[in-house]
Amino acid sequence: MDLSLSTETVGDRTIVRVGGEIDVYTAPKLREQLVELVNDGSFHLVVDMEGVDFLDSTGLGVLVGGLKRVRAHEGSLRLVCNQERILKIFRITGLTKVFPIHTSVEEAVSATD
Amino acid sequence: MATVELRFSALPEHVRTARLVAAAVARRAGVDEAVLDEVRLAVGEACTRAVGLHQSHGVQAPVRVVLVEEEKQFSIEVGDEAPHGKGTGGAVGQPSLALADEAEPEGEDAMGLAVISGLVDDMEVTADETGGLIKMSWPTAPATLLP
Repeated sequence: MDLSLSTETVGDRTIVRVGGEIDVYTAPKLREQLVELVNDGSFHLVVDMEGVDFLDSTGLGVLVGGLKRVRAHEGSLRLVCNQERILKIFRITGLTKVFPIHTSVEEAVSATD
Repeated sequence: MATVELRFSALPEHVRTARLVAAAVARRAGVDEAVLDEVRLAVGEACTRAVGLHQSHGVQAPVRVVLVEEEKQFSIEVGDEAPHGKGTGGAVGQPSLALADEAEPEGEDAMGLAVISGLVDDMEVTADETGGLIKMSWPTAPATLLP
């Protein structure tokens, strides 16, 4: 299973839909996508992880890197995730305190705080 | 005691293979289905770390994964042959997540170990100048107890 990526713009938010496995092999693709979006001026990102089957610390590192980049432009990076096995990784690393995690794309797009 | 041993070139694309093999052997050994995700993630983290260490030290040797099915437990050893100096990978300390950015391999390494130690109750990290070893084990499903 490889990594699939697609993007969609809703208002000032850019939704990045991620599918497949995010690991040491595929994470660079996600990193490139996030860097490209920020370089193109998209500073409010919503990363939809509902299609993600596997996430490891390399993937977490890329998301933290993305967050750093958007914050440098006073932007935001929100996650959409309902899968317990993925949420668990955010919990054990304490990253639930770092990322706003939403249950739907709609909720993430309309969130302002 | 049944053993499956896997050796792979230190390339990121092979880490997935190691995860799949480890999960398959763990399932066969009787590790609870609910725990298989943890096994998959932990072995992936350990292999990712080993691949990174081999690559950063220019080690040509393969990464070694040993899966051991014992009577009441299933254990995994992930060995690297990177030289570990003082203060690198000798023990699991309190890795700082603030370091964890993709531009900083050491931060990623720390986060990998943080994930493993968060997931696996029974783990041990040892290292010397000839290489490092991460040992992890999980209980296998006990035989059904009669009332």
